[in-house]
Amino acid sequence: MSKKLLLEIVTPDRKVLSQDVDYVGAPGALGEFGVLPNHIAFLSALGVGNLYYKNEGKTHYIFVSGGFAEVSPDKVTILAEAAEKAAEIDVERARKAQERAQQRLARTQEKIDNARAQAALRRSLARMNCRNSGEKAGTC
Amino acid sequence: MASLRDVKTKIGAVKKTKQITKAMNMVASAKLRNAQSRIERFKPYAQKFYEMLGDLATGADESVHPLLAKREEKKTVGIVLVTSDRGLCGSFNSNLIKAGLKLGKEKLAEGLAVKYYCVGKKGRDAVRKAEYEIAVQYRDVMNHFDFTLASKLGQELISSFLDSTLDEVILVYGEFISIGRQVPVVQQILPISGTPGGEESVGSGKEYIYEPSVEGLLAELLPRFIKVQVYRGMLDTSASEHAARMSAMDNATRACDDMIGALTLLFNKTRQSAITRDLMDIVGGSEALKG
Repeated sequence: MSKKLLLEIVTPDRKVLSQDVDYVGAPGALGEFGVLPNHIAFLSALGVGNLYYKNEGKTHYIFVSGGFAEVSPDKVTILAEAAEKAAEIDVERARKAQERAQQRLARTQEKIDNARAQAALRRSLARMNCRNSGEKAGTC
Repeated sequence: MASLRDVKTKIGAVKKTKQITKAMNMVASAKLRNAQSRIERFKPYAQKFYEMLGDLATGADESVHPLLAKREEKKTVGIVLVTSDRGLCGSFNSNLIKAGLKLGKEKLAEGLAVKYYCVGKKGRDAVRKAEYEIAVQYRDVMNHFDFTLASKLGQELISSFLDSTLDEVILVYGEFISIGRQVPVVQQILPISGTPGGEESVGSGKEYIYEPSVEGLLAELLPRFIKVQVYRGMLDTSASEHAARMSAMDNATRACDDMIGALTLLFNKTRQSAITRDLMDIVGGSEALKG
């Protein structure tokens, strides 16, 4: 395959990735979507979850939360509040976050706290999931 | 005239002060480099963000999202005052505080209530002394803040704005222009006015497919826009703080040098006159013995 996509992932703190890839799969707000080169211009909000890209036959996973994707024919730009490559994910921290969130969910009935704890829980689960996928694919 | 020993002690004291100011200068310059590189890293994000928003917002008017809507009747103004936690950085903090308090006074004169949101200890102290209401304060954060903090503060502002506790939010921060120049900037961030992002938001003119709808995306993007601006204000203030401290400490070191020079001169003079006096005594004594 000659044509490639440039995948760029930036967060407020750093540029996480800038690389030519063959395929990008992203967790859109309305469901997952895949992007191949020559995709039509497209703008979407992203949910919390795994973004993955394929390059030279290998699949790499990246955790993203609170982001947007801008797709143009030869480029995908992801703006995220947080993004971590699978290899960078701190599993221990994610597990602790999960426990904290679950405890909080069990304790509180208040609406706002509940929503917050649920969001935290989702994030921690997605992080661990991302790490697992990455390990399975052998890319971290 | 001061005794020799006094002058000597004083020289020693000034030398020690000089050591401290010199060290602070070096620390500040290291921190400044750090802060500047953070701004650099934030730039691609901000730029992309403005681009995206520019694409979306062309044609969007006030009715699209509540964060864009101007309030006819204003009651309460929120002022976000971003300052540093520590002093010894010249007039940097006092300039910011002056700008922040002046703004508050003007708003009060217009018959509006004012609430302060203080980031950084110096601003908080000043606002408290002036006896304004402080809604939220973050102290000792300027050394190690990240986007989470800006996000928290931004969320606070947005929800206060949406439930009408605030009708306008103004951000006061120290813009970092260069190492020699930092200017307090007063900027309205809520309601979002004009084209968000200003001149930087020249849309690329591409036709996009949006998912979810334009309104849905704006609802996601606009709150984040507030947070991006707050974060930018914090980053700039932190870089400015270190730059200001650097030049203040540089000046202090130079002043120490001057002072040491002057004191050394005094020391030599004093010593000289003591020697002269002693000699006169001796000569006078031996003359008397001869006589």
